[in-house]
Amino acid sequence: MPTAKSSAAPISRVNDFVVRFANVNGSGSASANEMFARAIMRMGVPVAPRNIFPSNIQGLPTWYEVRVTEANHLGARGGVDLMVAMNPQTFDKDIAGIEAGGYLFYDSTKELPASKFRPDITVIGVPLTAICNREYTDPRQRQLFKNIIYIGALTALLDMDVKAVEQLIGEQYKSKPQLIEPNLKALNIGRDFAILNLSCPIGLTVRKADKVGDRIFIEGNASAALGAVYGGATVCAWYPITPSSGLADAFTKHCEKLRVDPETKKAKYAIVQAEDELASIGMVIGAAWNGARAFTATSGPGISLMQEFIGLAYFAEIPAVIFDVQRAGPSTGMPTRTQQCDIISCAYASHGDTKHILLFPENPAEAFEFGAIAFDLADRLQTPVFVMLDLDIGMNHHLSRPLTWDDSKKFDRGKVITAEELEAGKDFGRYLDVDGDGIPFRTYPGTHPTKGSFFTRGTSRDRYAKYTEEGAPYVDNMQRLVRKFDTAKDMVPRPLQATSVNQTKYGVLYFGSTAPAMDEAIHMIEARGHALDRMRIRAFPFHSSVNSFVADHDFVFVVEQNRDAQLRSLIVNECGIDPVRLVPILHYDGTPITARFIAKAIGDHLDQLKLTPMKVTS
Amino acid sequence: MTYLAKPKFHHPGLPKNDLGYTHRDYEGTVSTLCAGCGHDSITAAIIQACFELSIEPHRVAKISGIGCSSKTPTYFLGNSHGFNSVHGRMPSVLTGANLANRDLIYLGVSGDGDSASIGFGQFAHALRRGVNMAYIVENNGVYGLTKGQFSATADRGSKSKRGVTNTDNSIDLAAIALQLGASFVARSFSGDKQQLVPIIKAAIAHKGAAFIDVISPCVAFNNHAGSTKSFDFVREHNEAVNRLDVISGRMPIEVQYAPGQIEIVEQHDGSTIALRKLDADYQVHDRAAAQAFLQHHAAKGQIVTGLLYVEKDADDLHAHLHTVDTPLNALNEKELCPGQSALDKFNASMR
Ligand SMILES: Cc1ncc(C[n+]2csc(CCOP(=O)(O)OP(=O)(O)O)c2C)c(N)n1
Ligand code: SF4
Ligand SMILES: [Mg+2]
Repeated sequence: MPTAKSSAAPISRVNDFVVRFANVNGSGSASANEMFARAIMRMGVPVAPRNIFPSNIQGLPTWYEVRVTEANHLGARGGVDLMVAMNPQTFDKDIAGIEAGGYLFYDSTKELPASKFRPDITVIGVPLTAICNREYTDPRQRQLFKNIIYIGALTALLDMDVKAVEQLIGEQYKSKPQLIEPNLKALNIGRDFAILNLSCPIGLTVRKADKVGDRIFIEGNASAALGAVYGGATVCAWYPITPSSGLADAFTKHCEKLRVDPETKKAKYAIVQAEDELASIGMVIGAAWNGARAFTATSGPGISLMQEFIGLAYFAEIPAVIFDVQRAGPSTGMPTRTQQCDIISCAYASHGDTKHILLFPENPAEAFEFGAIAFDLADRLQTPVFVMLDLDIGMNHHLSRPLTWDDSKKFDRGKVITAEELEAGKDFGRYLDVDGDGIPFRTYPGTHPTKGSFFTRGTSRDRYAKYTEEGAPYVDNMQRLVRKFDTAKDMVPRPLQATSVNQTKYGVLYFGSTAPAMDEAIHMIEARGHALDRMRIRAFPFHSSVNSFVADHDFVFVVEQNRDAQLRSLIVNECGIDPVRLVPILHYDGTPITARFIAKAIGDHLDQLKLTPMKVTS
Repeated sequence: MTYLAKPKFHHPGLPKNDLGYTHRDYEGTVSTLCAGCGHDSITAAIIQACFELSIEPHRVAKISGIGCSSKTPTYFLGNSHGFNSVHGRMPSVLTGANLANRDLIYLGVSGDGDSASIGFGQFAHALRRGVNMAYIVENNGVYGLTKGQFSATADRGSKSKRGVTNTDNSIDLAAIALQLGASFVARSFSGDKQQLVPIIKAAIAHKGAAFIDVISPCVAFNNHAGSTKSFDFVREHNEAVNRLDVISGRMPIEVQYAPGQIEIVEQHDGSTIALRKLDADYQVHDRAAAQAFLQHHAAKGQIVTGLLYVEKDADDLHAHLHTVDTPLNALNEKELCPGQSALDKFNASMR
C-alpha cells in the first residue's frame, strides 16, 4: 500500500487538529464532510468547520475545513494537519499547505510519481475510485458513495466512534429510508479497507469528551433569520446574493413552521423576492412606514444599490432592518469569501450627512439576539439598523450557545400615537422633539379620520412635517437627528471588556467574527510574554466606554478584516481620537482571520517594545 | 385600527356623500404647480372620485415618487398619510405599505419620467405582482420638474419646446401594463373629467393591480405645436372606446341605459361598472385583443382612451402570498413570537 514514512516526526495530537477536505464543487461532498464534523461533535468534542467555496455551481475547487478543538478554539487556526485531497486540480497546492509532520489522504487508484509528494508528511493512499468502480455501476452512485467511503476510512484512521456517523446517516435519511442501508454499506467499505490495509489510528485521534455541552450547531444566517421571527418581522423583501440568500431562505423555513395560523393555514408573514435591492429596501421602508416590522438581507453590492433609500429612511425617520452579510469587495470582489468591509459604507450610507446604527454580532447566538433587538431599536429610534454579519458567521456552522428568549419580553414599538390619544387631544407634530431625546412621535397611516396625518418626504420640513427650504428649520432638524443618534449610544449593545491579569498599557479592539480567533490569540500573545486588555465592540454609535478604553491605554490595536482599517477610521472620526494611538491589524485575503495571524501581528509589534506608530500623511 | 369618522362641521349647504363628508374633506393643500397644469385636473378628479365613492379619507395611503406629478398627493386627501418617496420608486414603497396593511386603499401617483425611465423596472414588477392599488401615471411626455427634457413616453418625431425632435421610440405604458398582466388597464386625459373620474373610481374599487395612464399636458414645457401631448393634439386624436359609470350600492342599472348599449362589469367590492361602448367591437375582457387594438390605433396616430382591460376574477398579492386577514401591522407578540418553548425544540434539533 502506498503509505510512505514521513521524514518529519508525525504530528501526534488528540482532539486538537485541523482536517481539510479538498473537493470539486457539486460532487456531493458537502453533506458527507458536514456529517464528519457533526460526528465528532456528537462525541463531545467541539468542532469549528468552515466552507471555502467558489462562486460556481459545479466543477471548481471547494474546501471544507474541520478544526477539532477540545480547547474550544472556534476561530480558524490556519495550517492543515490532515489533508483529504480529493481534487486532482488542486492536489499540488493542497499538499503544500500541510504542516510538517502532517498527513495526506488521497485516492491512490492512479499511481502518482514520488515527486508529487512531500517527504515530511505521512501519505495515506486509498484506491477510492477503484473501490467504487468495483462496488457500483451507476456513475452518480460511484461519485456520491466515494464521499461516504472516505468518511468511513477516516473513522478508522482517526479512531472515531463509527456509531456517531451511523446515527447521523439514519437521521439524514429519515424521510428516505431506502438510502440508509447503502450509505451504511459504503461507510463500512471505507472503514474495513482502512482497518485491513492501513495502520490505524494515525497520530491524530478523536477521543470522546464532554466539552460540547448543550451547545447547538448552527449557521449565523439561520439564527439571524430566527431572530427576525422572534423580533416580530412580518415583511421580508430581498434579492438573492451570496452570502445572504441563506438568511431569507431560513426566514421562509422558520415562518412556514412557526408563523402559519393553525386554523386558517394563512401566513402571518409576507416574503417577496424583489426585482433588485432598490425594490427590496423600498418595500421594507414602505412596510415599516405603515407600521409593520420589515427587513431585508443583502451583501455589499446590495448595500451600494440601496444608498438613496437608506438616506430617505434616515431623513424621513422610518425604521428599517438590514442584515448585511458581508463578503469581500470592492465590486463583485470575492463573492464567496469573507470580510468586514462594509463598515464605512453602512455607517455613513447615502449622500448628505447621515449616520446609521450598526450591530456587530460575534456568532450565531448573538446574531439571533441582535437580529431580534434590531427591530426594537429601529422602531424606537425610527431609523435604519444594520446587522453586520459576514460570510464566516452567516454561512458556516458554528458551535454556539443555545438560543434563549425571555417570554415576558414585549416588542418596543417606539413612540407611536394612537387614535385614542389623538382623540383625547394630544398634540402631534411629526418632527417635534417632545422628550428632548431627539426621537419624535409618529402615527401609522389610517389611524384617525381628522387628526395625526402627515406627509412623509425626503425633502426638508419643519417640526410639523410641512415642506420648507428655510435654513433654520433645516438645521434644527439636522441637530435633532444628531441628538437622536446620541440617544442611541446608550440603547445599542454595550462593548464587552476583559482586563488582563497582568497590568498593561496596551489594549485591543475587535468586533464580529474576529472574536473567537481573538480569544485564542490572547493566550498565544500572553505565552509570548505580553499582556493585553480587550474590548469587543458590539455596536455603532460607540458607547462612551470606547473612548475611555482608548484613553486608558498607550496604544490600542484595532483588529479587523478589511484593507483600510474601516472601524479604526470610524473610531477616529466619531470619538475624536488621535489616530497614532490606534494600531491597525488587518487581515483581508478573504479567509477568516486566524489566531496565529493576530498573535503574530500583535506579538511582533509588542516585541519591538518601542512601537512605531503610523504616521499620518496629509 | 378602525376608527369611526366624525366629519368636520361644514357649511350646511355643501353637498354630502353617504358618509356625510363634503368635497372639502377630500381636498389637500393649495397646489404649487403652474396654472393650467394638467396634473391639477387629475388632482381634482381624484378628489371627486373619492368623494363620490364615499371613502373614509384617512383610509387611503397616497404614495408617489419624485416630479411635479409626484408632488400632487399633498393637494388631495389632506387627512390621509402621504409618502413622497424617491424618484421612480413609488411602486416598491407602495408594495411594502400594502403588505403591512391590506385594509387601506393604496393610491400610487407617478410621472412618465418616474415610471417609464428611472422607475421602469419597479413599474413593471409591481404590476406583475398584482399589488392591490390604483397606479396613476400623470403622463406629459416630459420631465416637468427638471425643466422639459424628453421623457420615454414622448413620441418619436415630436418636437420639444426648444425645437429638438425626439428620435427615440416611445414607451406606451398602458400597452406594457397589459403585457405585464395588470388586471385593470385604462387610459384617459386630464382634460376629460367625465371620462377620468369614473375610471379612477373603478380603479380604486378594483381588487388587484389597476393602472391608469393619464395624458396630462405640461403647460410650461410640452403644450406647443409639434408636441403630441398638448391639449390640442390629444383632443384631436382621442379615440375613446367606452365611457363608464361606476355605481356603488344597488341602483337598478336597467333604468339608466338601454340594453345592448352597455356592458356591466361587477367588481369585488360590490360596485358595478356600467360601460357604454363607443366602439362596438371593443372587448374589455380580452387582453390580447386590447393589445392589438392599441397597436393598430397607435400606428394611425390615434390615442385610445377608456377602460382598456379589466380581468373578471382578479386577485392580488395578498391572495398569492396567502396572508392572514388581519393586517400584518396589527399582529402582536402573542401572534408573532413563538417563545422559549419553540426555541427549546429548535435548539434540540440543532445538535
Ligand atoms: C435619483 C434622482 N435622479 C434625478 C432626479 C431629478 N428629477 C426630479 S423630477 C425628475 C423627472 C420627473 O419627471 P416626471 O416623472 O415625468 O414628472 P413630471 O415633473 O413631468 O410630472 C428628475 C429627473 C431625482 N430627483 N432623483
Ligand atoms: S412644469 Fe409642467 S408638469 Fe410641472 S407644474 Fe408646470 S406645467 Fe405642470
Ligand atoms: Mg412627466
